Amino acid sequence: MGFQPVKFYQTGTFTIGNRLLEPDERSVQSGQARSNSINSGHRACQGCGEALGARYAIDAAMAESKGQLIAANATGCLEVFSTPYPESSWQLPWIHSLFGNAPAVATGIAAAMKVKGKTEVRVVAQGGDGGTTDIGFGCLSGMFERNDDVLYLCYDNQAYMNTGVQRSSATPPAARTATTMPVGPNPGNAFGQGKNVPEIAMAHGIPYVATATVADLRDLEYKVRRAMKMHGARYIQIFVPCPLGWGTASSDTIRMARLAKESGMFPVFEAEHGEVVGVSKIRHKIPVEEYLQPQKRFAHLFGTNGHPEMVTRMQAIADRNIRKYGLLDEEGC
Amino acid sequence: MYKPFAITLKPGTSLANMTGTWRTERPVYLNRLPPCNNACPAGENIQGWLFHAESGNYEQAWRVLTENNPLAAVMGRVCYHPCETACNRGQLDSSVGINSVERFLGDEAIKRGWKFDAPASSSGKRVLVVGAGPSGLSAAYHLARMGHQVEIQEAGPLAGGMMRFGIPKYRLPREVLDAEVQRILDLGVTLKLNCKVSSIEQSMKDGRFDAAFLAVGAHIGKRAMIPAGDAAKIVDAVSVLRSMEGEDKPLLGRRVVVYGGGNTAVDVARTVKRMGAEPIIVYRRTRDKAPAHDFEIEEALQEGVMIKWLSTIKHAGDSSITIEKMALDDKGFPQPTGEYETLEADSVVLALGQDVDLSLLQGVAGLEIVNGTVQVAPNMMTGHPGIFAGGDMVPSERTVTVAVGHGKKAARHIDAWLQGSSYQPAEKHELAEYGKLNTWYYSDADKTVRPMLDVIRRQTSFDEVQGGLDESTALFEARRCLSCGNCFECDNCYGVCPDNAVIKLGPGKGFQFNYDYCKGCGLCVAECPCGAIKMEPEET
Amino acid sequence: MLKQTEGSKAVAEAIALCRPEVICAYPISPQTHIVEALGEMVKAGNLTPCEFINVESEFAAMSVAIGASAAGARSYTATASQGLLFMVEAVYNAAGLGLPIVMTVANRAIGAPINIWNDHSDSLSQRDSGWMQLFAETNQEAVDLHIQAFRLAEELSMPIMVCMDGFILTHAFERIDIPEQNQVDSYLPPFDPRQVLDPAEPVSIGAMVGPEAFMEVKYLAHAKQMQAIERIPVLAAEFKQIFGRDSGGLIRTYCSEDAETMVIAMGSVLGTIKDTVDEMRAEGHKIGVLGIISYRPFPLEQVRAALSSCKRFVVLEKSLAVGMGGIVATDVRMAVTGSGLKGYTAIAGLGGRPITRATLHKLFLQAEQELLPPVTFVDLDWEAVNKQLTREQQTRRSGPAAENMLHDKGLISAKFG
Ligand SMILES: Cc1cc2nc3c(=O)[nH]c(=O)nc-3n(C[C@H](O)[C@H](O)[C@H](O)COP(=O)(O)OP(=O)(O)OC[C@H]3O[C@@H](n4cnc5c(N)ncnc54)[C@H](O)[C@@H]3O)c2cc1C
Ligand SMILES: Cc1ncc(C[n+]2csc(CCOP(=O)(O)OP(=O)(O)O)c2C)c(N)n1
Ligand code: SF4
Ligand code: SF4
Ligand SMILES: [Mg+2]
Repeated sequence: MGFQPVKFYQTGTFTIGNRLLEPDERSVQSGQARSNSINSGHRACQGCGEALGARYAIDAAMAESKGQLIAANATGCLEVFSTPYPESSWQLPWIHSLFGNAPAVATGIAAAMKVKGKTEVRVVAQGGDGGTTDIGFGCLSGMFERNDDVLYLCYDNQAYMNTGVQRSSATPPAARTATTMPVGPNPGNAFGQGKNVPEIAMAHGIPYVATATVADLRDLEYKVRRAMKMHGARYIQIFVPCPLGWGTASSDTIRMARLAKESGMFPVFEAEHGEVVGVSKIRHKIPVEEYLQPQKRFAHLFGTNGHPEMVTRMQAIADRNIRKYGLLDEEGC
Repeated sequence: MYKPFAITLKPGTSLANMTGTWRTERPVYLNRLPPCNNACPAGENIQGWLFHAESGNYEQAWRVLTENNPLAAVMGRVCYHPCETACNRGQLDSSVGINSVERFLGDEAIKRGWKFDAPASSSGKRVLVVGAGPSGLSAAYHLARMGHQVEIQEAGPLAGGMMRFGIPKYRLPREVLDAEVQRILDLGVTLKLNCKVSSIEQSMKDGRFDAAFLAVGAHIGKRAMIPAGDAAKIVDAVSVLRSMEGEDKPLLGRRVVVYGGGNTAVDVARTVKRMGAEPIIVYRRTRDKAPAHDFEIEEALQEGVMIKWLSTIKHAGDSSITIEKMALDDKGFPQPTGEYETLEADSVVLALGQDVDLSLLQGVAGLEIVNGTVQVAPNMMTGHPGIFAGGDMVPSERTVTVAVGHGKKAARHIDAWLQGSSYQPAEKHELAEYGKLNTWYYSDADKTVRPMLDVIRRQTSFDEVQGGLDESTALFEARRCLSCGNCFECDNCYGVCPDNAVIKLGPGKGFQFNYDYCKGCGLCVAECPCGAIKMEPEET
Repeated sequence: MLKQTEGSKAVAEAIALCRPEVICAYPISPQTHIVEALGEMVKAGNLTPCEFINVESEFAAMSVAIGASAAGARSYTATASQGLLFMVEAVYNAAGLGLPIVMTVANRAIGAPINIWNDHSDSLSQRDSGWMQLFAETNQEAVDLHIQAFRLAEELSMPIMVCMDGFILTHAFERIDIPEQNQVDSYLPPFDPRQVLDPAEPVSIGAMVGPEAFMEVKYLAHAKQMQAIERIPVLAAEFKQIFGRDSGGLIRTYCSEDAETMVIAMGSVLGTIKDTVDEMRAEGHKIGVLGIISYRPFPLEQVRAALSSCKRFVVLEKSLAVGMGGIVATDVRMAVTGSGLKGYTAIAGLGGRPITRATLHKLFLQAEQELLPPVTFVDLDWEAVNKQLTREQQTRRSGPAAENMLHDKGLISAKFG
């Protein structure tokens, strides 16, 4: 199971496109005919991972549904930057209702499609990590539990970005946010808190749960397309670095996602009916420092007044992920 | 649909919002010079032809290759491939097997009978090329393609120069050489064999040539002063190898001592081994100091060639020689130790390098000769207007590839000179250093090892030692290329732009930035695998 | 067809006749029987095509309705009290998006103290949400108003709450005329949405709107309710033509022609009031009644006209604006501004406190004699209240007021010794 990468064609499937692949093996994003579901002119920050991840995901869903797609969007950066009044970037039917109700709105849309016999029209809901793991969590769980025919896409940038970078239940330990400042004896976000929503989603026994990052488009597209081939409640959490909130260079967005995966800080896997069926292995394992150090939100961990013991704890988290999900190839480690 | 005021918006209308104004830096596409191209003495566009080979379009690959070098199959066998030493992939796993792909393309061309396109027009100018070695052939090829009438006058009975009379068959089968020479001649180049030029000025006058390119090589074996008995048989390496091409094979006896540490010494030793003799190479310095390429020494050792390092010949007798052991001083120079040894030797072959036969230049005004070689200006012209020279006879590294490069360069300048102008080479792009690449994106793939003939057959026959790649392995190898500094249409920029500000123009057409929306985040630059985009400050 | 049935069941049948396509529900007394009945109809295959969704909260119920309605499906839900408050954010959102959702509010008090019985505080708390609110006096009217509500909501593309008194109506068994399907079909055309999520013609719905247009959007919502003031009587008239019944409209008067004292109220209490008025009329008092059916939009002009010939009025309302007094009364006063009429506010029946004819009789007599204070808390147990106030003055840790009060009234000790 899992995405079967092309082993070798100069770049295999690591790059977005590959002129050497058979046309039917190529990615949606490499095509001139991709739908650009979020049109140019949106107001996301330079290098926004969420803008990118959303286009990746929605374009893939558009391709899989042959353009028969409706999206419900939670409040958050994505919603705000994509509808610069009086214009909209969206090229598909799209609705924004509230911060915490996107899954339920999507349920309503799916019900409407079902009752009207429009079985070809598919529904996605999407939101940030805050909208998903916190305020929208009740609606999300309800949608899961009823197994409503909705694909939920969570764009995880690990904080409430739209309101100015406050902590969410997806914020990693030690991270500085506007509400977990790097002060006091345990600077940054507390250890031992937070919510693993992919696993909670799995506990609902829904048909499909996956994680992905903007650093691996082919894997992301595969997962969206796979999810779109199924019916019932499906959940994909996409790791989308936020240059503004993380204090990283706008050109580093994809690299950060790559390092998160390669360090084991963000396990990339997929699960069906509550069981893990595939993991994206780490290709070149790196220590967590390499991932943490370029980010200003972790700056207080390093330097003369740094907190090496907290870095060690972060490494332990990564190691645990690696063990738990089997992120390293047997020989590789 | 009627759109309720304000809360319902038309799709995709954000195009009205020109986010390009946010930019402080703009990405621009550029081509950087791949290190392989930079290192190729023949100036091949390696990355360029690999690009076509990657998609299996071998003919196109061969055509791009031969724009700079007509001898693909020869190159793929005898070139010492400095390109591979420079190849960026060497820093990732191992360099691309450029040379083996080149050979594959050259062999494909022969197999499939691909021909060069005939010159479009004729200039009416006549150019004399003296010598049908690689330099002369290369110049003739380029000049012919430029529309000039070319005549090669060659002293020997066959074309090829050192490629035929130096490099042994087991490294360069003669059918391969013949095929590539013939293809050049098919362009309408006249080749006069057994036609030694004794006075260049006379020959030019006789043939009413407008210009000449001299490429007579370096064929006179250097001698060393070795005290020798009357019966001692001492010959030079070049004549031994030359006679291998004739009817009368050299008679050197069973025990053959080869004196020297260059490739020629190794070639001679391996050649006589194949003739049933027992060669011993005697060299005064150590293996790592030897000018021969290490892989050639290794192959020789595998085949049973003996080598005495740190030894000089003190005396040669009719059936033995005396050698003196040497030791390296602290500067790395060999110094005599006074320790002697006697070796059985039926003959001694001197492989100490070659000098140029400059007799054809006698009386030519304006020439400058230094250390036995003809000095040329950067445009390859000698001090005498209209007479150009290249290859082994001018100061340079003596390799087939350098010779070919000289031929090409000279042809361009001759062409310009004939038109009364001067040739201005295009400015070199900045180098595509390893640091400019994002190597994450390349698949892990180790170099393909070329097949080697088994040792028994190598010791007993002149069959080619190194095999070529087959279609699939050549394709694999070509696809290992990182395309340093040159877009290979991986679509990364097109994909990673969060603002859809990259326009994909379609296969073969590349990409364009849409500066109306590009916010200048730099993701495309960071994620371009091959370093074909850079950021430039926005003009204010 | 006449049926002896429970109010909730009758309403459920009326809803079903309106061919709703998506129903979502979360249980809360006294709304439960309505959605239970609908759920059963859908499950049994008697209501198709329709999706009945058991959501995890009222917030989700309204959100599902929003999605379904935006996707072009006729959507319905029902709630009450805490449930309505739990969905508030979505309630405003549905109105802001102009989605013609119909929701039954089985009116119930809001806690704390938690209380399941009837008053009007719940839907009145949503006065400014942008929803229209129609109050049913009887179960027959509840049935009829739902049918009219779908028509009106979809015409204007605005949501409507049909409010019916919890238990008093929802759980009452009465003889109710349930309309025929063909009647409803001829009154209520299929839903033709003004805006719809459709891949064939994509639009973005619910974008952020800044200061440049927000006022206008809000004004348009207001304008729609102003249009509703015109449409409601027309739709009621059309309803009468097809169903042969007077039902709905903006207001309804009773014995008002020569009335000097007018009693104003909403919902089922109008029945008790009318009975009281009958008694008082028999005694020769010039008293009449004004029932408000359309609380939002509030028919200012019609109310003013109905009160134009009286001398005084009493607004009897089942709601309290804490710290201020009446809620409906404020609107009525606004309607008669400048007329010099004497107006009284009577807060009654909060949390299900029975409103008896005897009490009303007394109250109206006092009003007639203009002896009432501006705000009257009808049947308030002053003794208990004063006791508690004293206690609170005496000790800081006086304990929870609600529990103290029950204790004082002897209810806890009676039950638990
Ligand atoms: C044994 C040996 C092995 C080698 N192996 C390699 C190798 O593996 N790879 C590599 O890159 N290089 C190798 N070299 C070096 C390489 O062969 C030469 O550098 C190269 O051939 C030089 O080319 P050229 O055209 O300048 O001269 P040549 O190849 O020497 O050709 C000169 C030609 O001019 C002709 N000529 C000479 N005088 C006259 C005249 N007066 N009139 C008319 N014709 C004349 C000669 O007959 C000859 O054909 C080797 C050299 C030797 C000796
Ligand atoms: C009910 C409610 N509470 C709070 C907010 C304010 N709010 C809007 S967006 C947002 C943060 C969104 O964070 P997240 O969901 O992670 O998305 P991001 O902006 O990071 O992409 C918050 C707190 C709101 N709109 N609604
Ligand atoms: S704050 Fe972060 S998530 Fe929001 S638009 Fe900027 S980069 Fe994107
Ligand atoms: S990887 Fe390709 S382009 Fe780069 S140096 Fe090697 S052969 Fe040349
Ligand atoms: Mg977030």
